[in-house]
Amino acid sequence: MKAKTRLRLLLSYIVLIILAICVLYPALWTIMSSFKEGKSLFTDSIIPKKLTLDHYRDLFSLNSRTDIDIPYFKWYWNTLVVATWSMIIGTFIQLLTAYAFSRFRFNGRKSLLSTVLVLGMFPGFMSLIAIYLILIQMNMLDTHMALILVYSAGAALGLFVAKGFFDTIPRSLEEAARIDGADHLTIFFRIILPLSRPIITYISLMTFTGAWVDFIFAGLILRSRDKWTIAVGLYDLVNAYNSTEFTLFAAGAVLVAIPITILFSYTQRFLVAGLTAGSSKG
Amino acid sequence: MNRHATTAGWLSVLSMGLGQFYNRQYIKGILFLTFHISGLLLIFLKLKTHLIGLFTLGDQGQHLVKVGRVYKSVDGDNSIFMMVFGVFSFFVVFVYLFVYYLNVRDAIASGRKRDQGVASISFSKTAYNAFTNSFPWLLLAIPILGVLIFTVMPIIFTALIAFTNYAGPNHIPPKNLVDWVGFETFIHLFTLNVWSNTFFGVLTWTLIWAFLATVTCYFGGILVALLINQQGIRLKGMWRTIYIIPYAIPQFVSLLVFRNMLNEKFGPINQYFRYFGLEGLPWLNDPFWAKVSVIVVNMWIGIPVSMVLVLGMLTTIPKDLYEAAEIDGASPWMRFRSITMPYILFATAPILITQFAGNINSFNVIFLLTGGRPVTADYNNAGATDLLVTWLYKLTLNLSQYNFAGALGIMIFLIIASISIFSFTRTRSFREEDMIQ
Repeated sequence: MKAKTRLRLLLSYIVLIILAICVLYPALWTIMSSFKEGKSLFTDSIIPKKLTLDHYRDLFSLNSRTDIDIPYFKWYWNTLVVATWSMIIGTFIQLLTAYAFSRFRFNGRKSLLSTVLVLGMFPGFMSLIAIYLILIQMNMLDTHMALILVYSAGAALGLFVAKGFFDTIPRSLEEAARIDGADHLTIFFRIILPLSRPIITYISLMTFTGAWVDFIFAGLILRSRDKWTIAVGLYDLVNAYNSTEFTLFAAGAVLVAIPITILFSYTQRFLVAGLTAGSSKG
Repeated sequence: MNRHATTAGWLSVLSMGLGQFYNRQYIKGILFLTFHISGLLLIFLKLKTHLIGLFTLGDQGQHLVKVGRVYKSVDGDNSIFMMVFGVFSFFVVFVYLFVYYLNVRDAIASGRKRDQGVASISFSKTAYNAFTNSFPWLLLAIPILGVLIFTVMPIIFTALIAFTNYAGPNHIPPKNLVDWVGFETFIHLFTLNVWSNTFFGVLTWTLIWAFLATVTCYFGGILVALLINQQGIRLKGMWRTIYIIPYAIPQFVSLLVFRNMLNEKFGPINQYFRYFGLEGLPWLNDPFWAKVSVIVVNMWIGIPVSMVLVLGMLTTIPKDLYEAAEIDGASPWMRFRSITMPYILFATAPILITQFAGNINSFNVIFLLTGGRPVTADYNNAGATDLLVTWLYKLTLNLSQYNFAGALGIMIFLIIASISIFSFTRTRSFREEDMIQ
């Protein structure tokens, strides 16, 4: 019996280690490649023989290389601006929406909720062309403002996680406040918001990182190269140079991935709530 | 007995605000009347052309006009912008009609109060009531407006396009007009060989992909979770943290990295194969291996999520179940089979269905990893790994086949809607939402 358990544990550890290598290898390989000399994908050993910071230097010193046009710093800055604004507006909108649906039983509530669910069933790109046409009409194509608007407007549809959170705040708190004469706005700002710090953090992180990783709407709306966001730029870098500038891409990817990964790992405690949100609750 | 209610109601039908005047609610009446007049003016002076335009979609495209001795090109009607304006105008008309309906309802309600001998309430009180009762609507006003403009309108517009001939190269405004063609696009999609071969091919692969992607990630997640959760495994927290990393790395970065890793000539994976004296595989260039690659890479991305889910679930299984089983002499395997597994399956079944629906729409993995390639000759502008969504994307952005893209969007919606309806009717908690409070 003892020997059998030991064998089982040994096998389990072996599987766990193999899985861990599979999980970590792509990340390690990218980080190592970003310090490697030369441009190519090809590696002779996992730890490069000679380490260099050239690729990072290339990314940040504009026009240091004439053969390739990568305004990386500009892209980074654009993304930061767009992400910050859409985080502020989007979070606010999503909180209001979730709060309204969680706390009030008004006419048309059920049908609005069903509408949100139905809208989620359409593929997102169905709206691409129409949004493009609308933005032309509003004379806003190729502006960051338009992108912020599109991201923030979409934020309302992701209300279910926050709604689930608000649902767990006991109603007796509000009722007590209402008896003391507080009106709707006071209750929202003085009672609900202070209690919902975790969910506010979660929504802000989701909307913030959302702007970093979207390359579809950003690619459609931002037409000129130096207005791009980082995701569009990196996608183009891989696509246009077809892996011949891999080390440069690796350096760029590392600089994006590290902050986003750190921010995103915070959201994992809401991951289960996010998975079950739309599926079980109306 | 219903004298006032009936009179006020019919007066309001005649014109907004009249019923309110009859009920002696003058300020409200004036407001409704102003809305009525400005609405009618707007519709008949400004929106009428757009509303008609939605039906005609223009009479003349870009054409040549003789000016003096030379012919000059003159802009004709731009069908697509006419459509955008038309849809927008219809929205305004609907809002107008809705307010009309509210106005009649309000007149009848106030009239009924008078019939019952209750004095009709003053305007300031109405305003106060409106503020408290419609507070949720006040909160929702901006979100709803945003969703209407950037989600609902575009979807309606694209769905409408499916019923036109808006497609390159012959029907692209401003050069040419676009016309309504009814169900022709759908008929072509189903019967015309050029389209139907691709459509059914891509549809089949989409369903296979959604099934495999869901099942592999789901059971992979369960396996990893059980592996970590075994009795006697140390450093559980560390393993969990390591395996959660793929979830946290931005998807577009990891997918682009994988695309390079699987590069046939220089990618490290094939390098290792060669190191061991093997040939190396055409990971992304062969139809079969490309399909294998996307599923395996999708596991790398998807397993962490279901692992976290299952790990959470495992802690909620009541311990006494196991204790009771142990006393009855159940072996570890029997305990696993009769307690753990049914518990997990039961608790996660609804999520499985939503994930299946989500995988049908999974764009990033295919688009970033293979871009739908490798190209096959049997398909109309689609590759072996293209899903319906990525094909839709290509049809829209690269090939200007907007009507087929619209039709595809509707088809995808129908598939996902039927799956979701199936799952909702089976999830009891949908109906029992308010029970917790």
